[in-house]
Amino acid sequence: MIIKKGIGANIGIAIGKAYLIKEDSVLIERTELPKDKIKGEIKRFKEAIVKTKEELNVIREQILNSLGKNHAKLIDAHHMILMDPLITKEVPEHISSFCVNAEFALSEKISFTLKKFENIEDPFFAERKNEIMDVAKRIMSNLSNEKKMEIKDLKEPSIIVAHNIYPSDTLQIRKSDKVMAFCMDVGSKSSHTAIFAQSIGIPAVVGLGDISRIVKQGDLLIINGEDGTVTIDPLPEMVEAAKVKMNELKKKESYLLKMKNLPTATRDSKKINLMVNLDPQDDIQDFKSHNTDGVGLFRTEFLYMNRTSIPNEEEQYEVYKKVLSCEAKLPITIRTADIGADKASNIGIKGIKNEENPFMGFRGIRLFLKYPDLMKTQLKAILRASPSTQAQIMLPMITSIEEIVTAKKIISEAKNELAEKGIPFKEDIPVGIMVEVPAAALMLDQFLNEIDFVSIGTNDLVQYILAVDRVNQYVSELYDPYHPSVIRVLNLIIQTAHKKGKKVSVCGEMASDTYGCAALISLGADSLSVPLKMHLKVKEFIRNTNYEKLVGLRQRLLNMQASQEILDIFKGI
Amino acid sequence: MIKKEIKIINKQGIHARPAGLISRTASQFESEIKIIKEGYEVNAKSIMGLLTLAAAYGTSVTVIACGKDEKEAAEALEKIFAAGFDE
Repeated sequence: MIIKKGIGANIGIAIGKAYLIKEDSVLIERTELPKDKIKGEIKRFKEAIVKTKEELNVIREQILNSLGKNHAKLIDAHHMILMDPLITKEVPEHISSFCVNAEFALSEKISFTLKKFENIEDPFFAERKNEIMDVAKRIMSNLSNEKKMEIKDLKEPSIIVAHNIYPSDTLQIRKSDKVMAFCMDVGSKSSHTAIFAQSIGIPAVVGLGDISRIVKQGDLLIINGEDGTVTIDPLPEMVEAAKVKMNELKKKESYLLKMKNLPTATRDSKKINLMVNLDPQDDIQDFKSHNTDGVGLFRTEFLYMNRTSIPNEEEQYEVYKKVLSCEAKLPITIRTADIGADKASNIGIKGIKNEENPFMGFRGIRLFLKYPDLMKTQLKAILRASPSTQAQIMLPMITSIEEIVTAKKIISEAKNELAEKGIPFKEDIPVGIMVEVPAAALMLDQFLNEIDFVSIGTNDLVQYILAVDRVNQYVSELYDPYHPSVIRVLNLIIQTAHKKGKKVSVCGEMASDTYGCAALISLGADSLSVPLKMHLKVKEFIRNTNYEKLVGLRQRLLNMQASQEILDIFKGI
Repeated sequence: MIKKEIKIINKQGIHARPAGLISRTASQFESEIKIIKEGYEVNAKSIMGLLTLAAAYGTSVTVIACGKDEKEAAEALEKIFAAGFDE
């Protein structure tokens, strides 16, 4: 029995047999061939191309029938890669001019092309190299006559284990009804495979390092997408426990849906403000049906992504108007774009690419203050959409009073420009800041004179307090929202704000974790903002808790010396 | 020789599917066809080359066709670019 810890990419539990997708050998041996064998070698290569072509034809047919024309076009692209002169012409040329084996010639040509992808900064385009690898692997396995393991050949429900999952694999997983879950060596919470897992709703764990080398074909596995663990060859009692948990999860799902119309209040009838974090692409109707207390964080950076131009005022106005008018009586907190860090963008701003340390780099308010016109465009769009709504403006990555003052100046300029044109806006629109840098937590008493509210972004705050990059698979284990230092900083922020009569909301992932939610209520947070899909789960937890009891724990929490002790307190309640 | 400036108007830029369409279209012609972005040049008949262009939405590329059927080739390519690669 081995338990491996990775990153949970999508929640859920699966128990099943491993289906290992072997990465074809990386080491391609170079074999020198005598002159008279060259012709035969080229013939062998061409046969492998024909075989691969037939394979692709079969896959294309299947995909066309099950997923439709658009998905099949991806296989057309793979066809074109196979027919690319770099492969059909240059590989045979390489074989004959260097008298080498076909495998080696192919790998030389492929790595030559893949090298060019190293200079591509845009992650979307950089990932296209997987397309080429995908085809290259097919040719390679046809050369070596080794049968390639295919997801479509699955006979029984299985758990896919791989080094990496490639585009054609995701197509096959999508149309297979035999894939229960997957886990892989590489990847992070935000990688395309994680998003893929969420979209088809199967449990997944990524960033496991070497899982594909440890697991053997047919090993029994338990995948736990919640805590990000994979258990290889589990003990019978572990399987039983996982089964129980799986059933619980299923029951819970249907039970939670019934909770949509119940109030978010503790057992001792204390109403807790439970808001949600939304992205522009989220389903507004789904949001409405959840009966929340508003939007604690409306992320706007997505409007700037995967494009080369800046979204104009009109385009942004439409987006903000849609969300603001949907729930006009509830507070909707719009955060000015937090571009930078892990949220890559290619809108042509200099300096946000190739940063050594992007999380500590040019992002959030820092970027916007350097490009005030960009910020003003966004502010005007928000202001225009604000009349008769409860819109609020929130500034990300604040570290100094100067930043707040300058940002507020830009807000007044935006207001003045609208006023001059006679365009209405909410004049007393509240302005708040994200407290996500320790500097802001320490200086908050001064900052509060300038702002109306505070929102704690725990994801960044925790990583800045602990100096842990949460997307780095090597240190993600050290990322710990229950570290006593984090609890103390949270307490400092909340107490400081309350002394000046200002409200504190929390919008990080910590708020949607059971113990995190409990800790934040203990510390006195005024509202919690969680992802929409976590809303009912957190509501259920709140409804089963006792407010007075949680508040009574505050002093004990602050005296703890280790995160385990803090967790133990909440496990006990 | 025919030279044309063309803008990329599909939202995702030249990813796998559009690259496949461009190379398939270009391969139907005898002429030599190149696509250039910011001085970086690739063979339009090579999908692998096209993928390394990393040409996103809104960027402009130069298409150069040279050969007997250069006029038809340039026109055919212009047409699929203008249609946003039917995405």
